[in-house]
Amino acid sequence: MTVTGTGTATIRVRLFARYAELVGRTEAAVSVALPATVGDVVRRLRDEVPQARALPERPLAAVNLRQVKLDARVQDGDEVALLPPIAGG
Amino acid sequence: MTYLTPVPISHDALLAEVSSTACGGTCLFLGTVRDGPDEHGVTAIEYSAFEEMVEAEFARLLADAAGRWPQARIAVRHRLGTIPSGEASIAIAVAAPHRAEAFEACRFVIEEVKRRIPIWKKELRVDGSATWVDPSGRPTSSPPVPLSATRRGGTHD
Repeated sequence: MTVTGTGTATIRVRLFARYAELVGRTEAAVSVALPATVGDVVRRLRDEVPQARALPERPLAAVNLRQVKLDARVQDGDEVALLPPIAGG
Repeated sequence: MTYLTPVPISHDALLAEVSSTACGGTCLFLGTVRDGPDEHGVTAIEYSAFEEMVEAEFARLLADAAGRWPQARIAVRHRLGTIPSGEASIAIAVAAPHRAEAFEACRFVIEEVKRRIPIWKKELRVDGSATWVDPSGRPTSSPPVPLSATRRGGTHD
């Protein structure tokens, strides 16, 4: 179900590389009150998972496989990925 | 299409993918794991990725390149896992009617990879230490950083 206005959204958060090591897990589910942004999801994760406070307050992020800014809106069922500084190549 | 591989990259296969009699210039870029004077004994780099996003973002990146150089034929592979020093982590082959387009498109792809493709690397050193690489130059704090953490590191620049 997609909720675009008010209510609560459950967001799957995925962590990679150094961030996964810092938090000790590769994913988490957080609930946020709508309307909400990626930044709200990061804050909720840091509140609910003590180890997540080791993450930067403003990490690089993606929603549903696309990089977004932290003020991007999220909807119920979205997947938010927190990406350490990209180092491919 | 998959742009990721766990095995050594065959640049001959990539060149075959882009080969065309309509193309008079072909560029091949190889990014290799480096152990130079600044690397302090890097024996290998361990590459990991957000694989689903890598595939999606590579498709978008190559669509962007096709929009800019519509006659260019481009193939790219990025290797994941532990890659020893001296071996290629990425290969990009671009064939185009003329050399300028081939050089420009190849440069575009590698620069965009470094900006957009969610892949990470951890340097493994001869002393047994391991360090996440942060190309932004910010120090990493975990795991222990025994040598240098405030440089670009580990592979080609």
